[in-house]
Amino acid sequence: MAKPKHKLGMGKTVGLILAGLVCFVLVNAALLHGTNLALFSPQGYIAGEEHRLMLYTVFILLDIGIPTLILFYFVAWKYRETNKKAEHTPNESSGKSLVFLTWAIPFAIMGLLAAVMWPATHRLAPRQALISDVKPMTIEVIAMRWKWLFIYPEQNIAAVNFVQIPTDTPVQFVLTADETPMSSFWIPKLGGQLYAMTGHQNLLNLMATSPGDYPGRTAEINGSGFAGMTFTARASTTDDFNSWVQDTRLASDVLDSSTYNKLLKPSENMPSTVYARTDPNLYNNLLVKYSGTHGGHAETATE
Amino acid sequence: MKEFLIGRLNLEALPHEWFTIGGTAAFFAMALLAVTVITRMKRWKWLWNEWFTSVDPKKIGIMYFLVSGFMLLRGGLDALMMWLQQSLSSGSSHGYLSANHYQQIFTAHGNIMVFFVAMGFVFGLINYIVPLQIGARDLASPFLNTLGFWLFVAGVIMINTFFVFGGQYAATGWLAVAPLSGTQFSPGVGVDYWIWSLQISGIGTTLGAINFIMTILKMRAPGMSLRKMPLFTWGSLCSMVMAVTVFPLLTMTLFLMFFDRYFGAHFFTTTLGGNAMMYTNLIWMWGHPEVYILMLPSFGVFSEIVSTFSRKATASYWTNVGGMTGVSAFALSVWLHHFFTMGSSADVNAFFGLMTMIIAIPTSVLFFNWIATMYKGKIKFDTPMLWFLGFVALFAVGGMAGVMMAVPPIDFQLHNSLFLVAHFHTMVVGGVLFGIFAGLSYWFPKIAGFRLNERIGKYAFWCWTVGFIMAFTPLYILGFMGATRRLDHYDASTGFRPFFIMALLGGIVIMAGVLLQIVQIIASVMQRRRLADPTGDPWGGRTLEWAVPSTPPSYNFTIIPEVTSRDAFLEMKKQGLPTKKVFEDIHMPRNTSSGIYISGFAYLLGFGFVWHIVWLIILGVLGILTCLIKRTFNEDTEFTITAAEVEDMEEKRIKKAHASRAGKDLGTDEDMGLKEFIIIVIKWALDIVKNKRWKKW
Repeated sequence: MAKPKHKLGMGKTVGLILAGLVCFVLVNAALLHGTNLALFSPQGYIAGEEHRLMLYTVFILLDIGIPTLILFYFVAWKYRETNKKAEHTPNESSGKSLVFLTWAIPFAIMGLLAAVMWPATHRLAPRQALISDVKPMTIEVIAMRWKWLFIYPEQNIAAVNFVQIPTDTPVQFVLTADETPMSSFWIPKLGGQLYAMTGHQNLLNLMATSPGDYPGRTAEINGSGFAGMTFTARASTTDDFNSWVQDTRLASDVLDSSTYNKLLKPSENMPSTVYARTDPNLYNNLLVKYSGTHGGHAETATE
Repeated sequence: MKEFLIGRLNLEALPHEWFTIGGTAAFFAMALLAVTVITRMKRWKWLWNEWFTSVDPKKIGIMYFLVSGFMLLRGGLDALMMWLQQSLSSGSSHGYLSANHYQQIFTAHGNIMVFFVAMGFVFGLINYIVPLQIGARDLASPFLNTLGFWLFVAGVIMINTFFVFGGQYAATGWLAVAPLSGTQFSPGVGVDYWIWSLQISGIGTTLGAINFIMTILKMRAPGMSLRKMPLFTWGSLCSMVMAVTVFPLLTMTLFLMFFDRYFGAHFFTTTLGGNAMMYTNLIWMWGHPEVYILMLPSFGVFSEIVSTFSRKATASYWTNVGGMTGVSAFALSVWLHHFFTMGSSADVNAFFGLMTMIIAIPTSVLFFNWIATMYKGKIKFDTPMLWFLGFVALFAVGGMAGVMMAVPPIDFQLHNSLFLVAHFHTMVVGGVLFGIFAGLSYWFPKIAGFRLNERIGKYAFWCWTVGFIMAFTPLYILGFMGATRRLDHYDASTGFRPFFIMALLGGIVIMAGVLLQIVQIIASVMQRRRLADPTGDPWGGRTLEWAVPSTPPSYNFTIIPEVTSRDAFLEMKKQGLPTKKVFEDIHMPRNTSSGIYISGFAYLLGFGFVWHIVWLIILGVLGILTCLIKRTFNEDTEFTITAAEVEDMEEKRIKKAHASRAGKDLGTDEDMGLKEFIIIVIKWALDIVKNKRWKKW
C-alpha cells in the first residue's frame, strides 16, 4: 500500500506535546501553591505512618518504573524504521538470560514491596490498639442518614457532626451505623478510613499529634445526602478538651431516645450540635436491634 | 385489574423532567430519522436478512462496534455532565444537578462504559478477528453468538428505557452496593433497571464466552496447535475462560438482589439476618476478574501490533502467553483489595495485598517482553503503534498507582478517593480503550476494505492522550487532597475547584479527540478508493487474518490453510502463496432470527419485573421457552455453497476489486487533513443549498 506522501514531522509534534505537558505541570503546580495536600500533611500518628509508607512504596515503584519507561521509549526511538544504522534481526527471540531477567525483575520488586507491606499491614491494622502511656479513650460513632453521631461513653456527652479529641491520646472509634447504608468514616489528616455498618462494630484507632480542626466525612456513597455528610474533628490539648467536656455538660440538649429517633430521620447538611447527657444503653441497643431475631423492628420503623 | 395490566406503571413514570424529556425526545428523533432513511432507501429487508439475522461473526462484530461506538458517545456525555457539575458546584453554588440526579449519572456512566462500550468493543474484536486468526470459517455455535449479541442489545435498550418509563436510574454507584441498593434505601425502579440490564446482557456474555472457548479450542486450522496460536487469540481465550468462570457468579448475585427487591427476601438487607458484606464480596469476586476480562484481549492486540510494526517475531512467545495466562489465573484471587477498608483482619488484608502484588508480576513481564520485541526491530509508527506507545505511558502510571493501593494501610487513605478514580480510569481508558482503538485502526483495512486516514487519526490520538493527562492528573492530586469520589457538591474552603475545572477542560479535549475519530472515519470513507487495501495485507502482517482478502468473503477462507509455524501467514508469504486454487464445497450456518425473538422476550421479561407486570413476565418466560424449543427442533441449520459457486464468487470478487480501484477518488492524493475535510464539507453543503438538491429527497 502506498505510504502517505506528507511527512508529519513526528519529532516536532512530540516536542510540542512535551512542551505542552511541561506547561501543564507548571499550571498544576501553581494551582497547588498554598493548597493543602491533606495526605502529605498528616496531623496524626496513623496518618503519618501511612504517609511514610506511601513515600517508601512510591520510591520503590519509581525506582523500577522510571528506568523501564525510559528504556521503553529509548528502544522505540532507536529502532525506528528511519534509523538506518540500527540493527534489525527479524527472527531473533530472547535468549534464556533475557527471559530470566524479564521474570526476575518484577519478582524482585514485588518481593521487596511485599516485605514492606506485610508487617506494615499488621502494625497499622485499624483495630490494632496504639501503644502509649496515656490512657486510651473510646468514642462510639454511629453513621446515620446523613450525619455522624459521636457518643463519649466515659464523659457521658454526645455530638453530631463534630468530634473533639485530646492530642497525643490514643482514641478508639467504635464504628457502627443505624438505618443507613454502608458509610466510610474518614479523617484524612488523622488516618485512613474504615466502614461503619449496621449490626457490626468496627474499631478504628487514631491519635492526633497536633491541635487543629480537621475535616472528616463519609467516603462511601450512602444516598442523596452523601456529599453533605461531613464533620469536623477538632484536636486540642488535654486541658482544652477537658474544659470542652465541662462546657458540653452544661448544654441544653440531651441525647435520649426521643432525640435519637428524631436524628434517625433522614436529613441533609445538618449543622453540628452537642448533647449534655446520653442514654448509656443507646449503643448497645443498636447491636441488639440488628442481631437478626429482633430485626423486624428496624423495618417497621422506616415504613 | 389496573395493577394486573400495567403493574406499578403510572402517569408519573412518563418523562416530566428536563433530562428525561430530552433523552426521550433524542431517542425518538433518532429512531424516526433511522426509520425514515431506511424506508426511503428500501433497506428493511436487506437489513433484516443481511445483518439482523446474520450469524456471520464478522457482521455481528461490526454491529457490536456500532452499538458500542454509539454508547461511547452516550457515556462520554455523562462524563462531561459530571465534570461540569463538579466545576460549578462549590460553596454556595449547587450546580445544575440534584444530588440524586448526579448519582444516577455516574452510575449510568460506569455501567455503560464497562458493559456496553468496553465489553461490546472487546466482543466485536473477538468476533471479527479470532475466527480469521485461527483459520476457521465460522463458529462452534453460531446461534449462541447471535443470541449473545442480541441479549447485549436488549441490555443496552433496557439501560436506556428509564428515560421513557420511570425517569430514574440507580443512584448507587456502578456496582449497586448493598444495602444502599435494597428497597429500604432505593425504593424506586432505578436499581431494577440496573439489575435487568446487567442480567440480560450478562447472560449474553456467558453464552458468547462459551461459544468462543469452544471455537478456539476445537476449530483451529490443521496444524495450529495451542503453541502456535496467535497472541490475540490467546488473550481472547484467557478472557473468555475468565468470563465463563465469573459471569455465572454475577448472574446469581443479581438474582439474590432481585429476590430481595421483588419478593422481600433478606440476603443483603440490614435486618433479619441479611448480610450486605456478602454482597460486596460476591460482586467483587465477579467485578475484579471483569476488568481483566476487558484487559486481556487488549494485551493480545498490543502483542500483535508490537510484533507487526517492529517487523520482528515476539521476543519470547511463552513469556507473553505465560504473562496472559498468569494474569487470568490470579485475577480470581484478588477481589478483596476492593474493600480492605471493610474491616477484615490484618492477615486477610495482607494476603490479598500480596496476591495483588503477585498479579502485577505477569503484567510487568508483558511490558518487558514488548520492549524485548522492539529491540532490534524496525519500527513503523502508524496509528496502531501510536496508541500502543500512549498506552504504555498511561498504563505504567496507572499500574504503579494500583500497586500503591495494594498496600492496605495506603489503601485506607486512598480508597474511595479521586485518586482511585484516576487510577482505574488510567487502566481502563489507557489499557482497554486504547487497546480497542489500536485494534480497530490495525484491523480496519480488513473490516472495511480500506485503511483509516492516518493524519486525522494522529490528531485524534494526541487529543485523547493529552486530554486524558489533563483530565486525570488533577484527579490524582484531588485524591491526595482528601477529595472523595461521587461528590455532587463540596465546600469552597476545600480548594478543590480549580482542579475540577482543569479536569473539565481535559474532558473537552478528549471530546475533541472523539469528534476527530468520527471525522477520521468520514474522511476515510470519502477517500476509500485511494486508501483501498487490494492486497489484504496492508501492514505486512504475520497472522492468518491477513491471508484473506479485505473484506473477507462470508466463508473467510476459500481453502483452509495448513499451519506449520507460529507466524503462519509470514511463513506462507516466504514459501510463496499458492497460485492455483482448488475449490471445495463449503458448509455454512443458516441465518436465524431466533436470537432476536428470544432477546425481545427477555427484554419484556425484564421490563415486567421492573414494573411488576405479571402477564408480561409470563409472556416473556413462555416466549423465551417457545423460541428455544422451536430452535432446538430446527434441524435445517446449515447450507452448502458448492465448489462451482465458490469459484464464481471468487471471480466476481476479484473483478469488483479491479473495478473499484479504477474508479475516481475525491480530493487530494494524500490522506486528507482537517483543512481539506472542512473545505469539502462546506463545498458539499453549499452545493446542496445552491442547487436545491433537497427537493430530490
